[in-house]
Amino acid sequence: MRLLVLAFKSMRQRRYAVALTVLTIALSVLLLLGVDRLRRQAHSSFASTVSGTDLIVGARSGPVNLLLYAIFHVGDATSNVSWQSYQEIAALPEVAWTVPISLGDSHRGFRVMGTTTAFFDRYRYGAGNRLGFAEGAPFGDLYDAVIGAQVARRLHYRLGQSIVIAHGFGGMRQMLHADKPFRVVGILAPTGTPVDGTVMVSLAGIEAIHVDWRSGMRLPGMQISAAQARTMNLTPTSITAFMVGLKSRLATFAVQRAVNDYTAEPLLAILPGVALDQLWNLVGAAENTLRAVSAMVVLVGLCGMLTALLTMLDERRREMAILRAVGAPAHAVFLLLLSESALLAIAGIVLGVALLYAMLAVVRGVVQERLGIMLTLSPPAPGEWLLMGAVLVMALLAGCLPAWIAYRRSLADGLRMRL
Amino acid sequence: MNLLDRPPLLVCRDLRFAWNGLRDVIALPRLEVRRDERVFIHGPSGSGKSTLLSLITGMITPRIGNITLLGKPLSHLPATRRDRLRADHIGYIFQQFNLLPYLDVVDNVLLSCAFSRRRHANASLAGSCRDEAERLLDALGLDGAALQRQRATELSVGQQQRVAAARALIGHPELIVADEPTSALDTDARDAFLDLLLAECARHHSGLLFVSHDLGLAKHFDRMVRLDAMPQTAAA
Ligand SMILES: Nc1ncnc2c1ncn2[C@@H]1O[C@H](COP(=O)(O)OP(=O)(O)O)[C@@H](O)[C@H]1O
Ligand SMILES: [Mg+2]
Repeated sequence: MRLLVLAFKSMRQRRYAVALTVLTIALSVLLLLGVDRLRRQAHSSFASTVSGTDLIVGARSGPVNLLLYAIFHVGDATSNVSWQSYQEIAALPEVAWTVPISLGDSHRGFRVMGTTTAFFDRYRYGAGNRLGFAEGAPFGDLYDAVIGAQVARRLHYRLGQSIVIAHGFGGMRQMLHADKPFRVVGILAPTGTPVDGTVMVSLAGIEAIHVDWRSGMRLPGMQISAAQARTMNLTPTSITAFMVGLKSRLATFAVQRAVNDYTAEPLLAILPGVALDQLWNLVGAAENTLRAVSAMVVLVGLCGMLTALLTMLDERRREMAILRAVGAPAHAVFLLLLSESALLAIAGIVLGVALLYAMLAVVRGVVQERLGIMLTLSPPAPGEWLLMGAVLVMALLAGCLPAWIAYRRSLADGLRMRL
Repeated sequence: MNLLDRPPLLVCRDLRFAWNGLRDVIALPRLEVRRDERVFIHGPSGSGKSTLLSLITGMITPRIGNITLLGKPLSHLPATRRDRLRADHIGYIFQQFNLLPYLDVVDNVLLSCAFSRRRHANASLAGSCRDEAERLLDALGLDGAALQRQRATELSVGQQQRVAAARALIGHPELIVADEPTSALDTDARDAFLDLLLAECARHHSGLLFVSHDLGLAKHFDRMVRLDAMPQTAAA
């Protein structure tokens, strides 16, 4: 105990060197834990986003690609599924339900998704949770919108709020569908999935704002008002993708094959779980590289600590001789130096964890929006405690070197004070 | 207990010690220090004065011979027991740089109590160790709360040596060992330091082993021991 106090006071005197050392360790711990947490939360967040859906169907591209743009709203579809094909597949006898998804527009940085009210009944997340309404109800009118929890929170929207949808995802001013504003009629409870950052409207609504548009441009000289649009046929010609629920899971592969062999247009049906596994396989190598790098950075941090402790040993020979003279046994010198390593490592770990949470608090909004990954501020998981313990153990092992050198020296020096 | 029954403070017999195994630095047939006795040790530089003090404080053990401190066979005890004896019964003063720079004056004095229960208990007989440390500092001419809360490095060399004396004296160790404690001081500071040290040793009934090459100081001591440089031949 008194050694810890001495170590603490001694370090306080060398506070600039000590602060730098602690910061080095803290940053390396931040990287180590940050990489680990991002990885784990990405996995759990992605896995919990697609429960209860048997197949996802989109235009033929890669399975991972389809999963990413249809469910996670990452990237864009290269082509669409025709309404005709959607109708035919939805009518297959094995199919219990379908939920169409039409993407491409945005509202102040949030994705707008055209769908049907079936989405609110069928979509499942986490361990089979249903979507809940914090306020309001599903859309009924053509110009009704339902917003995710994060949209409501970030934009301070209440029921009745009038919103304007922008064409595409760039958010450029001249590309607003300002002539056909929507009204918020429902706000969803938080889910921790990309749904939170989504504005949901009916497929007809999406169609209505595009009646006077062709290939991303407003048709010159053609203005159809919001009221006029109501009278028109608003059946879409195509959608981005759709989710499929089957009557029996046994039919999964048969339906998947049927979709993949569909002759009218090239389509792709994926099993969300399988596509997710492919995604993790894809990023696994990168993940491992990242983890290896972060482990190396911890080693670098500990080397920094060793350097600081070792360079200070020379000027501390007197300190050791004094302690020995007042009766400290030689092993106390060892313990003193070791407890300095321990204090440095613990301070570094604590600061690193504090930085991690500060960073999470700052970036979680952006990460959720851009990547659809829900970063929670939950207390450290067992794996993270293990990593922290490993850093501490390595620091103690490293700390044995200066401690041992000081121990040997103080035995050799005796009471001879080296000046 | 009869005074005559008490073992002498320190007895060294037939000491031989070599740092590197080639040449004996110490060859001392006999050295005895009684309680209350002040012994002056001198000799040319390199004659092994500091080495002798390392032996007496149990930092090292002799190649041949034995050292008895308060009746205990210091030279034949394991290292941690020797460390305990040093902590409990010996106050040590270096030539210079006695103080830990990161502690204040009082905490430097209290260091002796931190490593010895016995001295902690002794020092807190009349109150707390801190009170005793302040009393000792006062007696050594370092009075004033401001001074005592200062960092050790802000003091003059003379003041630092007096703090070292207070640390050596606190908790009434039986033996004070000082290795050229005045050689970094000017004449006035030296005389003041020696007067205070001798007075406090007398008051606490501590024996004093005082190393110096300044023969002018010898008159303040009961006895003088001279160490001679060993001839440059191989050890017997
Ligand atoms: N810790 C040590 N390790 C090795 N040699 C030492 C050590 N301390 C002293 N010596 C050697 O022992 C001899 C006596 O030194 P010392 O006891 O310091 O003499 P003095 O104090 O009388 O000047 C010198 O030759 C010195 O180099
Ligand atoms: Mg010497």
